[in-house]
Amino acid sequence: MRYKLVELEPFRREETQVKIDETHGLHPDDRYLKPGRIPHIWCPGCGLGIVLSAFVKGMDSAEIPIDNCAVVSGIGCTGRVAGYLNMDTYHTTHGRAIPFATGLKLAKPEMEVAVFSGDGDLFAIGGNHLIHAARRNMDLLVVCVNNFNYGMTGGQSGPTTHMTARTVTTPYGNCEYPFNLTHLAYASGAIYVARWTSFHARYLIESIRKCFSKKGFKFIEVITPCPTGYGRPNRLGTGLEQMKFYRDNSEIRNNINPMESDMGFRGPIVVGEFVNEEKPTFLDRYKEDVLSKVFSG
Amino acid sequence: MKFWRLPLDADEQIIPVGELFIIVDRCKGCDFCIEFCPNKVLEASPEFNKKGYHPPVIKQNHECNNCGLCEIICPEFAIYSKVKEKRCFTEIDLLRYEEIFSDEEKGEQG
Amino acid sequence: MSKDREVLTGEHFLNGDDACAEGAIAAGCRFFAGYPITPATEIAERMAKRLPEVSGVYIQMEDEIASMAAVLGASWGGTKSMTATSGPGFSLMMENIGLGMMMETPCVVVNIMRGGPSTGLPTLVGQGDVMQARWGSHGDYGVIALSPSSPQESFDMTIQAFSLSEKYRIPVIVLSDELTGHMYERVVIPEKKEVPRIRRKKPRKSPSEHLPFLGGEDMVPPMACAGEGYRLHVTGLTHDEMGYPVITAAAQERLVRRLCDKIRKHTSEIIRIEEEGTEDAEIVVVAYGCSARTARESVEIARGNGVRVGFLRLCTVWPFPEERIRELAARGVKGFVVPEVNYGQIAGEVERCAGGRDVLMVGLMGGAVHTPDLIVEAIEEMA
Repeated sequence: MRYKLVELEPFRREETQVKIDETHGLHPDDRYLKPGRIPHIWCPGCGLGIVLSAFVKGMDSAEIPIDNCAVVSGIGCTGRVAGYLNMDTYHTTHGRAIPFATGLKLAKPEMEVAVFSGDGDLFAIGGNHLIHAARRNMDLLVVCVNNFNYGMTGGQSGPTTHMTARTVTTPYGNCEYPFNLTHLAYASGAIYVARWTSFHARYLIESIRKCFSKKGFKFIEVITPCPTGYGRPNRLGTGLEQMKFYRDNSEIRNNINPMESDMGFRGPIVVGEFVNEEKPTFLDRYKEDVLSKVFSG
Repeated sequence: MKFWRLPLDADEQIIPVGELFIIVDRCKGCDFCIEFCPNKVLEASPEFNKKGYHPPVIKQNHECNNCGLCEIICPEFAIYSKVKEKRCFTEIDLLRYEEIFSDEEKGEQG
Repeated sequence: MSKDREVLTGEHFLNGDDACAEGAIAAGCRFFAGYPITPATEIAERMAKRLPEVSGVYIQMEDEIASMAAVLGASWGGTKSMTATSGPGFSLMMENIGLGMMMETPCVVVNIMRGGPSTGLPTLVGQGDVMQARWGSHGDYGVIALSPSSPQESFDMTIQAFSLSEKYRIPVIVLSDELTGHMYERVVIPEKKEVPRIRRKKPRKSPSEHLPFLGGEDMVPPMACAGEGYRLHVTGLTHDEMGYPVITAAAQERLVRRLCDKIRKHTSEIIRIEEEGTEDAEIVVVAYGCSARTARESVEIARGNGVRVGFLRLCTVWPFPEERIRELAARGVKGFVVPEVNYGQIAGEVERCAGGRDVLMVGLMGGAVHTPDLIVEAIEEMA
């Protein structure tokens, strides 16, 4: 067949560089960010920027070289984190960040691989992959940003939406039981489980720093405000009001069983470093149990 | 809260003085830094930035002590502080703390 | 005591699945992520045994979706990687195959076709995934799919698949079938030095100058993997040459045309067909995979009966050899006979290019391959 096609507009590097603004390099953490991508797309009052900032500060304090770290993200507001980081980043399909990261880690075990994704991406469509990676104790750091809804697509309910909460797909109030993410991660085999809110940024930085020196499946849940998708329909207020709520209603309880860390809708939030164990990773066991047997017997 | 006098070891207490850098056009007006600064040093500027938000600005006669919380809590990479100098603890600091703590007490009761 | 276990040089009696696994290891594949599915399970089993011998990694993932994602991740980690599945798993992998196309990730996906649709005939042959291999994932992209007809070809074509995937930076599909996969035959594995091992092109410019998605003359950008200092952002969103997501029609135009053209404009180097007796043929039998073996036999029988029939075997099913079919049609063949174990998939392509010539599709829905008589009947019907 014949084709009638339009003329291609050639790629002009200057157009992309037009976005490289004069402010890049001013902030001390700018070396972790890709030039020209800030300000990011997240709403004013969204806590994602804090999680991103905590991640790079955690990397900094753990002294991880930028070229030694790769970040894999899924789809959603949290998934956009990958586009802002100045390192090898992979923005994959919805829910499949963890198996992608598994493959990447197994091909390059010397790199630190972190997975950044949201509650829906990791626990709804990606739930199966999360529990298996935890079961195998894959050496991955999984940061799950929990805003209790599917923010990017407009605020639909998700696996962590509180009972009775209103979202665009639960206009009469959510009737489903939500997951307790830390409990699920721990039950699947995670060796480091923590929950913080965006308000507890300092603790978050410290958790991330600790995780960089641990091997195994590490899970950090970060509760963040989503004023646009979740805050408004549920009258939780602006981002600032939600942050104040976290400040005034969080209880830090370290080393408890995550099962006891339920969060009410408008009630106390239990945060802390719940689990911190050591266990051989998948690769450790592969080398010890499989590779060592290859030429013997 | 009222302080009766300057602490006896005030001249041994060295506190840092921070210099705040605000990247005005990155600010999205979330007000986290303003609200959570432990020394209540910031307020919203009456000016607008390019996007129409009111970025933070240091209040008159207030001093940053480089605790770094604003830098950590800002989602936009729009604010950071550096140590400018170090000085001793003085009477003025006492007055400032009274002001901050009394605000909080009012807040709790209110 | 370490023997060289990479290339098992010599004569072997292997089935198609095993030969495929050996071909992968010979080509340098060191990562396999898969999920058991009849009739491709033997590939996974062989890789589970052989990969540790060559210090590779075998992992059985929780489903085919995870397998494909892990294969992409490993490729971006710098390792040649592969997965193997059949119809139902192939359907599951489609989204991530699309991701592999968009991210331009070299890897190999083996589909040992079986009777479909849905669970179908797990243990019996089918060829019903051919169109899916071309159009399975959403959107436009270029596809290379190879079709072996014997265990020896399963070995050779898997190596070719790796070479093509590294050269063009796409997931290459090896479209085999249960018959070829489970058939035992003599497979000759050559010396290690005779096995081509193509590696992906590496960037020559420094990280600040390198444009990770700018294809040069050949429309294939050099590939920098994780940890090499290039700090790439690789995304499934439409992106510009720097890799940043750019949601505009102009960027889409450039990107999608390049993804398709890098295959379309190189068909002469990619397409492999085998012809016998087509120089003076009035009728041409076009076949691939398992049905090609009986088709060749039936062409001989028909020639013996005096019919001027030629045989065209598709070694690469995609890209489809449109030019050659058009040439034959223009030269004046009466028609084409297309035996397939489906209800007419490649036959449609033949018809599209046949310029109005007669196309007789000899279809079996699955479970059994054609007998020579069936195809001979078709040839004689057309003659």
